[in-house]
Amino acid sequence: MSLAPAGPAIEVRDLVRTYRIKGTAQNRHPAPVVALDGVSLDVPPGEFFGLLGPNGAGKTTLIKVLVTLLLPTSGSARVAGLDVVSQAQLVRERIAMVSGGEHSGYGLLTVREQLWMFSQFYGLPTGPALARIDDLLRVVGLYDERHRRVSALSTGMRQKMNLVRGLLPDPDILFLDEPTVGLDVAAARDIRAYIRDWIRARPGRTVLLTTHYMHEAEELCDRVAIIHQGRIIASEAPGELKRRAAGGSYFVLRTEAMNGAGWLADVPGVLRVDATPRDSGTELRLQLTDDGAIAEVVRALAGRSGRILSMQKLEPSLEDVFVQLVGQRLEEADQGGGGS
Amino acid sequence: MIGASAAPAAAGARLPRDHGLRRVLRAAAGRSYPRIIGQNRERSWLFYDTVLPLLGTIAFVFVYKALGAPDRFIGYVIMGGATTAFWLNVMWNMAAQFYWDKQGGNLELYMVVPCGITPILLGMSLGGFLATLLRAAVIVLLGAWMFDVRFAVSDLGLFLLVFGVAIVALYGLGVTFASLFLLWGREAWHMAELFMEPVFLASGFYFPVRALGFWAAMGTSFIPLTLALDALRQLLFGAAHPALLPVWWEVAALGALAVMFIILARFMLRRMEYLARREGRLSLRF
Repeated sequence: MSLAPAGPAIEVRDLVRTYRIKGTAQNRHPAPVVALDGVSLDVPPGEFFGLLGPNGAGKTTLIKVLVTLLLPTSGSARVAGLDVVSQAQLVRERIAMVSGGEHSGYGLLTVREQLWMFSQFYGLPTGPALARIDDLLRVVGLYDERHRRVSALSTGMRQKMNLVRGLLPDPDILFLDEPTVGLDVAAARDIRAYIRDWIRARPGRTVLLTTHYMHEAEELCDRVAIIHQGRIIASEAPGELKRRAAGGSYFVLRTEAMNGAGWLADVPGVLRVDATPRDSGTELRLQLTDDGAIAEVVRALAGRSGRILSMQKLEPSLEDVFVQLVGQRLEEADQGGGGS
Repeated sequence: MIGASAAPAAAGARLPRDHGLRRVLRAAAGRSYPRIIGQNRERSWLFYDTVLPLLGTIAFVFVYKALGAPDRFIGYVIMGGATTAFWLNVMWNMAAQFYWDKQGGNLELYMVVPCGITPILLGMSLGGFLATLLRAAVIVLLGAWMFDVRFAVSDLGLFLLVFGVAIVALYGLGVTFASLFLLWGREAWHMAELFMEPVFLASGFYFPVRALGFWAAMGTSFIPLTLALDALRQLLFGAAHPALLPVWWEVAALGALAVMFIILARFMLRRMEYLARREGRLSLRF
């Protein structure tokens, strides 16, 4: 079996996926929900590709189509050069999937037994499989817990175990669906560090990561696609995205508490203002046409007795790119979205 | 803490993989493991799965004793108690298992592993059968000891053949139901409940099924336990037992049921997998 496909590791063309929903007494035949609305993308072998978007954007649906859990409504998708509809079984030989917040497995098994059970589903001989399990458990820092029951693991430990399960068959393409969701900072950092090293350890390994943590996408991914309402609205390397999409200058100002900051949007040179109460003051995140516009902002604040406590110039982040493309912050989009 | 430099070492060379029948057997053994090891880890089964069914059995024993029924009826009842363990296993741990697995997130993973779902079901059946065999044996031994019942098998080979064919048919039915219950979603719980008492009655768990009348008993014979219990009782109690059909006819019918349920189970599994992928039934928890 070749380790890397000759063409793209993932190739998606005009993919549409809708869900039928149950009717109610008021609406007997509701319109289907469109989860993916004409998605196209290519991921070459060896790339760490990120899908960034709010809840309900279609990230998880796209992963589920690619791992053969869902059929496309229309369009096509190929993984490792294989069609996910007609060659699903062959696709499954080449992939693994790990989802965040997963509570799979059986609580009465120990960590090592649980992983062994999954290794058998891939046909791995027991001796080498157990040796690989021990190696991977050492790497993720779970070796000392290998005889502990799964039911007694913390969320972070469980997620590390799930990651080991995904890596155990050494897939060509690893799908990670929000792998660090709900984890504490240290556990999330550990998992990110290991995934980053894993993909580099053998040429041709490919990772598709969905996340709605901007910093995670920025830190890990060679390329990021921003998905919103079932459509990919941008797809570039994080640096390129920031350069192309997020024009202007970015500043963060901390002021004394302010009652509304919407008026700042009328100041010449101000493109966007986000005001957040913080530590009995107000944090203003400003997008300006250029650096010079900050002088107008300072003057306007002084005119309203808005005392500035600190000021910092920022490099644009993916969050800024997202705001520019979608028109709202990710958290705001999350509140408006459903599950995907 | 994950050490960055440790990752390449752990990655190692790609492990060889078994394919075909060897992988099927590996996967089945893997999935049967939690059920078998569970015997040791969750010992509450000794109470819930043996003492509780035995209480119901004992109630029937006292009814028969009060009525002055022949001693073989006590044997009938103890056999019924042991059979209850198998039916409970098929309903709650086979038929409803996919539903629980879906809720727990296992089913999605089972659907994307390369061995396919069939070996996983095979392992589930095998593990469930072995665990239940132990429970049933405990019920028979305890019941026989408490009421001084002696079972004398007239033809051990035939007895084991009936038992084996019936188990294949029974777990085939369980796998068929597993797909159906998944499609019924939240109703799975109620469906499993629905198939308890009516089946105990229709299959003659605590009495000779012929007592229902020949045609009524024939009508309930699509449940493998009906014919299995009748055949096993003929082999244990001889001519004293009011047989429904001759043993060999029942063996043949059980064989036909086994084949039918295996084919039906395979069809239902494919249908379930297709519907799951088409409608997102594994992804959406409705």
